[in-house]
This record gives sequence, C-alpha cells and structure tokens, in this order.
Amino acid sequence: MVCANPELTSVVNQTKTDKGRMGMNNTIRELIKKHAGLPVNADELADSADLYAAGLSSFASVQLMLALEENFDIEFPDNLLNRKSFQSIEAIERTVNSIVQDRKVA
Amino acid sequence: MNITVNLASGSLADRAARVAAVARANSEDVDAKARFPQEAVGAMKAEKLLSIQIPRDLGGEGASTGEIAELCSIIGQACASSAMVFAMHHIKLSSLVEHGMDSDWHRGFMKKIVSDQLLIGSATTEGGIGGNLRNSLCAIEVEGDTCRLTKDATVISYALQSDVILITSRAHKDAAPSDQVMTAFLKNQYTLEKTNDWDTLGMRGTCSEGFIFKGEAGKEQIFPKPFAEIAAQSMLANSHILWSGVWYGIAVDAVNRAQAFVRAAARKQPGTVPPGAIRLAEVSNLLQMMKSNVVAAIKSYAEARQDEDKLSSVAFAVAMNNVKIASSETILTIINHAMLICGIMGYKNGTPFSLGRHLRDAHSAQLMISNDRILGNTSNMLLIHKQDTSLLG
Repeated sequence: MVCANPELTSVVNQTKTDKGRMGMNNTIRELIKKHAGLPVNADELADSADLYAAGLSSFASVQLMLALEENFDIEFPDNLLNRKSFQSIEAIERTVNSIVQDRKVA
Repeated sequence: MNITVNLASGSLADRAARVAAVARANSEDVDAKARFPQEAVGAMKAEKLLSIQIPRDLGGEGASTGEIAELCSIIGQACASSAMVFAMHHIKLSSLVEHGMDSDWHRGFMKKIVSDQLLIGSATTEGGIGGNLRNSLCAIEVEGDTCRLTKDATVISYALQSDVILITSRAHKDAAPSDQVMTAFLKNQYTLEKTNDWDTLGMRGTCSEGFIFKGEAGKEQIFPKPFAEIAAQSMLANSHILWSGVWYGIAVDAVNRAQAFVRAAARKQPGTVPPGAIRLAEVSNLLQMMKSNVVAAIKSYAEARQDEDKLSSVAFAVAMNNVKIASSETILTIINHAMLICGIMGYKNGTPFSLGRHLRDAHSAQLMISNDRILGNTSNMLLIHKQDTSLLG
C-alpha cells in the first residue's frame, strides 16, 4: 500500500505487522535520516538496501552507531563493529536485536 | 644459453638482493634527476618479482604479504623510490588477488602479469576531492559491452612506465561519491595528458605526476566487488604493511651507516667509547620497536585474512592505522638519531655515511595518506571501538 503521509504509513504498517518490530524499523530510519547524511530519503530505502552504496561514509557510520547505542541504550561489542552489521536497515535491526536478546538472556 | 632461468633462481630474498644491488648503483642518479628507476624495475621483472604474489595455480608463487614486506625492506635499504614502486605495484596486485579470483577476465589478466611481468599503476587521487581515496567525482559509463572513464587524476605514480592502471570512479553516473568501483585499464586502452610535475623533496623516482586519464575498455574489466570492500579488505592492510616495509628498509640502512661510523671511531681510539655509542644504543631500541610493530601488523593481517568480518572490523582498521602512524613517525626520529651520530659526515652528500636522501625520502611517509587524515579517521572510530585489553590478543 502506497501512502503519501509518512505518519499514516507507519500507523497502517503497525496494524499490519508486529508493533515492536515496526517501531524499531522506524526508529532506525529516523536515526539514519538524522545521522547518516545520505543524499536520499531514508523512507525510500528498502530494508535490504545497501547503505554504503547509498552514500554512507565511514564517518557518518560511526555517528549512526553512536546514535543507535544512545537510543537503544546498548553498546555494540567489538565483534559486531564491522561493515556487515550496518550494511542495511535489516542488518542493523538484526544487530541491535542480537544485543537486546543477549541482555534478556543475561 | 637461457639467462632468464638463471636470473629468477634462488630464494625470494636472494632475488631481491640482486635487485637491490642494481637499485643501489642507480639510486643517486634517480634521486638527482627525479627519474624513474628503470634499471631496478627491469631487474624486478628479470627476477620475476612482479608476480610472486599471484597464486600458484595462475602461475605465480603465492607469496604472502609478510614475504613481500621483507622484499620491500631489502630494496628500500638500497633505493627508497625503487622499493616504493615495488610496494605500490604489490598493493594494487593484492586487490586483484583478493578480489579478482571469481572473474574470468581478472584471472586471465593475472596469468598475463606472470608471463609478461606487467607493472601495475594506481589512480585513486582526483582533483576536487583531495587525498580521500574513498570518494570519487568521476563516474564510469557502461554502454553495451564497453566502459569509458575520464578522470582528473592529480597523482598517478609511474604512470608512463605502468603497463596497466587500476583506477577508481563512481559506479555509475547517479552513484553517491562513496559508491565506487575499480577498473583495470591496459596500456593500449587509455591516454594520459600530463597536468602536474613531480619535483619533490624526496621519493623523487616514483614520478607521481598528475594526468587527465581517458580510457575505454571491456566492461568485464571492472572489478566485480565494490571498491569499499577492496579498500577495507586488501588495500588498507597491504598499503600500511608494505609501505612500512619500505620505511623500515630506509631506517635500517640509516642505522647501519650510524653503526659503521661508531665502529670506525672505536677502532681509531681503542679503549674509549665513542661519543655516538649511547645514541646508537638508543636508535637500536627505536629500530627494534619499529620492527616489532610491523611484524605484529603482518601477523594480525595474516590472522584477519581467515575471517572476513574481522578484516572489515573497526578493531582491525584502528590497528592498521596505528601501524602506519607509528612507523611513519618513528622513521624520522631514527634517521635524525643516525644523523646526530654521523655528524657532518652524515649531513654531507657523497660520504659513506650520507643521510640526506634517507631523510628526504622518509619525510614522504607522514604525507602519503596524511597522518592527520588517518588520526582523524582513527579518532572517529575510537568513539565506538572497545579497546582490546589483552596482551597477545
């Protein structure tokens, strides 16, 4: 479903899918808008789109990681600080989720 | 009589030592005239040293980064410009070996490097973006089976002597500046129009002049992997390690000269310790630190190569940046120490203890990829990188 109003889009999406997951996806998109310095609008990126190909620089990627750490109250362990972990929106979701899951187990 | 069989015989170090002898004999002339060290590079070709990194199944010798760094040092002890040409060639070759194995064209090309001992040049720097090799303005155009590229390449080292140039560009005309590819253009596929001279303080033989590059080639000559991955996974480590090998070679030769000076003084006045002896002990310490640092980097890269995630990790990038900073700074302290030891005999040109060329060549180390840029990059990564607290880690 195509919707011009982004707020409405997220409401529609939330009713369709798991609220938590969409919440994280939207938050990540907001953080990308603020910190990734991409020449394209983050809302237009597919979940699987390569952020580096979209123009994510190494400087901006660190700013984005810092914002993610602050927002989700997490710290990325060093073994996740690699290109693959932040390659796309869905990769970031996976990376953040894996830390949150670990914390729940602990 | 088959001379080539004789020439490429012996260990890698033996073969490099023969190249070093040729390089040494021409080093003063190369430096004075800022000319390409054609004799030394000719010897590298005769010794088949330009293809040692290529895997054995493609006809090469499968030499490791560590082995090549050792050769950079051996040649660097004789002529830093020759050694830097050798290092730059192998840095470019590492991109082919690491990222070209899945492409038929690039595999065939590696076989040709073995048979013809082709010298590879590099065009990553571009007018308008400075030295940030992870950004391009120019874009490659693909039309049918052909790709075309025009680049204002402000630096292409030994461009006129290269048999092939690996050149970076944006992946297509709408791509972001960081969305880059690298393409191999053969000598008959491009033209070069000179825009900048190379009349420098040191490293005068690398002939790193500027050119407008215009090329047209088959589109299969574009590397199959994004340049971002090539830069992170092979270029970063190979550049910092092989450059450090060259710089270590310059430092070793400077310390050798200082030691010879102190020994000669000691022999003239038996029973007394020459005044430079304490400084020699200090500089021997610095040289050992530099060596340990480079050796640790070689080991760390060999381990990271087994694991793609590790290779593209922040921790690895920080470690490689630190190696480059340390060796490029330490080399100047070392040569300055050697100069203090040799005194006026080191300061003068044309003595067995002359250190002017060493000092001038060594000053390039902090500038080729500016240390300030690298420190800025590291400081950014340290905002998220968690320090490894182990000793052997």
